[in-house]
Amino acid sequence: MTEPLIVAPSPTALPPIVGRSRSPLLGTLLRSLRYGRTKVGVALVVFLVGLALIGPLIAPKSTTAFVGSPYQTPSSEALFGTDFLGRDVLSRFLAGGRSILALSVLATALALVVGVAIGLFAAYSRGWVDDVIMRSLDVILAFPAIVLVLLLVAMVGPELWLLVLTVAASHAPRISRLVRGAALEIVDRDFVKAAEVLGEPRRKILLGEILPNITSPLMVEASLRLTYSIGLIAAISFLGFGLQPPAADWGLMINENRIGLTVQPWAVVLPVAAIGLLTIGTNLIADGLARALIGIDRGAAQG
Amino acid sequence: MNGEYVLEVENLRVELAHAPIDIVDGISFRIRRGEVLGLVGESGSGKTTVGLALLGHQRRGARVAGGVVRIDGENVLTKSAAQLRSLRGRVGAYVPQDPSVALNPALRIGLQLEETLAAHGYSARDALNPALRIGTQLEETIAKRADGSSASQRRTRIAEMMEEVLLPKDRDFLKRYPHQLSGGQQQRVALAMAFGLRPKVVVLDEPTTALDVTTQAHVLDTVRDLCKTHGVAALYVSHDLAVIAAVADHVGVMYAGRLVEVGPREQVFRAAAHPYTRRLAQAIPDIAGRYKIIGIPGRAPSPGHRPQGCFFAPRCELADEQTEQEFPPVTNLTESHYVRCWHADEVLASSARDRLRREIVGQTPESGEALLSVRHLVAYYAAHKVLHDVSIDVHPRQCVALVGESGSGKTTLARCVAGLHRDFSGDVLLRDKALARSARARDSQDRREIQYIFQSPYSSLNPRKTVGQIIGQPLRLFFDANRREAERRAGEALERVSLSRSYVDRYPDQLSGGERQRVAIARALASEPSVLVCDEVTSALDVSVQAAIVELLAQLQYEENLGLLFVTHNLALIRTIAQEVAVMSEGRIVEFGEVDTVLDSPQADYTKKLLSDTPSLEPAPATATA
Repeated sequence: MTEPLIVAPSPTALPPIVGRSRSPLLGTLLRSLRYGRTKVGVALVVFLVGLALIGPLIAPKSTTAFVGSPYQTPSSEALFGTDFLGRDVLSRFLAGGRSILALSVLATALALVVGVAIGLFAAYSRGWVDDVIMRSLDVILAFPAIVLVLLLVAMVGPELWLLVLTVAASHAPRISRLVRGAALEIVDRDFVKAAEVLGEPRRKILLGEILPNITSPLMVEASLRLTYSIGLIAAISFLGFGLQPPAADWGLMINENRIGLTVQPWAVVLPVAAIGLLTIGTNLIADGLARALIGIDRGAAQG
Repeated sequence: MNGEYVLEVENLRVELAHAPIDIVDGISFRIRRGEVLGLVGESGSGKTTVGLALLGHQRRGARVAGGVVRIDGENVLTKSAAQLRSLRGRVGAYVPQDPSVALNPALRIGLQLEETLAAHGYSARDALNPALRIGTQLEETIAKRADGSSASQRRTRIAEMMEEVLLPKDRDFLKRYPHQLSGGQQQRVALAMAFGLRPKVVVLDEPTTALDVTTQAHVLDTVRDLCKTHGVAALYVSHDLAVIAAVADHVGVMYAGRLVEVGPREQVFRAAAHPYTRRLAQAIPDIAGRYKIIGIPGRAPSPGHRPQGCFFAPRCELADEQTEQEFPPVTNLTESHYVRCWHADEVLASSARDRLRREIVGQTPESGEALLSVRHLVAYYAAHKVLHDVSIDVHPRQCVALVGESGSGKTTLARCVAGLHRDFSGDVLLRDKALARSARARDSQDRREIQYIFQSPYSSLNPRKTVGQIIGQPLRLFFDANRREAERRAGEALERVSLSRSYVDRYPDQLSGGERQRVAIARALASEPSVLVCDEVTSALDVSVQAAIVELLAQLQYEENLGLLFVTHNLALIRTIAQEVAVMSEGRIVEFGEVDTVLDSPQADYTKKLLSDTPSLEPAPATATA
């Protein structure tokens, strides 16, 4: 063995480049806020979530107290009139947002956890495992969500945990499909193979290597799924399978007061407007995120 | 070849679309009929921007801000979009780097060729084609229409075109889709399209970069012949000096958006007047001899970050006060040799040959116990056998190169060694101990000892992790390092690959390609391996960076007693890095031996062919390019 063939370079440290450390997730969020639609969406969501959270604290009356005769029009006594039993509409409206929000957020979160786990596992496994998983999900997807929920609720009864579970179950397959699609492109990258060569456990490859690379599309999907959860839970409450009377709940309020719509519209209009604006708000955010995400991809393609 | 200048470029300036920041500036050159100008430069030097500007096109985000591009005396840059559309193809044509992207995958190639002809006058539908109604070219169009207006004439023309690029012209071949052709055939179809309309100027943008050397040699021959035969002025853009040497009559060297040297091929390669040209030549390995290759430290300034004076000054050993004050003007050395350097005289005065190349002496025989052995390896992809009974040994402090064209099985072999490809029979032995087939099934010690470095550092580093997290991964897995310990050792690993410790907080997209590959090497080193498997580790990098990475690997090989298995398609590179070489073809090792022996007196026909097809800067007898 003689001396090296190649002259060792003077290990001059290469000049530092000007750059800032950043999280891509945060980048997408911030970029999405440049769009007017996202701003409107955020304003709507913040307003309505705020209303739902502090509403019960500022409600002028008890939600179950009778303050007048049924279907009274607005007066100084009851700012938005009374409902079909003569309870204060404003107080019930202010108190009725928490349940729908909590249930839909819980259901979406659960759907995310399960959906991401299944999607990542399917994408990384490939082959027949992937096929079996995805075809099974297709079967679940073939049922309309509301039918699935009604079927289970009719069997077990109007339990809130069941409501969360079934709404989550109806969303999880869609999330899985999205996650799998996005992850398929990532699992082929060399850094995943590099982690395999190092012997990184499977779970860590899924969560540490692949998941961080699909957070942006996942975020869009999550906000979209939240929109659908709100709608679905409101619909189920309306049908009487959600919170039970005398609880105050937006979906329930619509059902209870719809007969008096022509006499005292406020009892229906308030919760309808709230649910509508909330879903519009989350949808606008999802839209803004999606646009910001495409922006990222374009930038990457050029660079 | 003497003739009038078909293409004249004067003071071309291209800026970013939304800011007065130049991408390229002050570009002036001329090309005669039938001549090829090779435009060479590293990535980001602006060579493609110049090539596209010749056809009146700019990439998104760029615009031509000044200058003149004259084809046959007419300024292309003042034409309208409609005029340009009709000029493209007939007056100027473009051959892109990747033909699989340029050809429409859904159309049969015969139809695509026919469309090209139809769009430019070889069609009865001319009267309906608004792009053809341009005053200046009217006569020519009429002449062409008369010359071939029917489908049968078009078909005859297509047959001629196919003949020119040495492709079959039968109906069956023309009915194929692009994906049914090999990369070389696809590129020939693209050439046929470009040259088919007899343009005056053709811009070829790295047309052989994606091809194997044998295919590359054929394509280069075809390009040269077509230019000479039809009197086409060609601009051949490439990062590969040896390719330029094989194809070009004149050479232009670009650096950071400036054309720093233009001249006849011989002069630029034998007596370069710009220090960058010389450093570039020193940075590339050559098939003809065992040379030291020396990287260029630092990096080229990007648009908006260029210094006031000469852009090369920060990396130049001749830099002085004057160079840092002002960008050097064009100096005429001879009638056709221009340079932009304050110190061109000094550069020229220094002995050209000595400065350009320094031959390496010394050979490294190796004996003793093998570190890594591959025994009778047979590998499969599904039912397809891709390796046939391959055996190879790697000793400590030894680098064994695996060379061969794509599909030769060299990467599969490397992957079997690393445990990434499981479908094989035979043995991979580490110090005589048989290893499990998959990396996951190996014990942690075995995994630690064999480290794999991937071809593309753009794909092998997780973009969502910091450099510290990336290098920390093996430390956590193999040494149970806690966070602080991992951070300290990641810093050390960075210093071993000549990067600053401060890089631990960076994300991969904040690093250049060379820096990324250093990080990938640092990750491998952090495991304290005994074998490094390098899979085409320099092919995604610029030549000056390639040299630096090769220097680094060789240095590590000696300092850390590493055994290297170096997979490459670049024959020239193995002289510099490897001691032994295995030439692979179709899943077999067709020749094995010491590098110099194999390269100087090849025995296998396949090796001889590879060697003769590899372009070289040196007109050495062994490497006479046909």
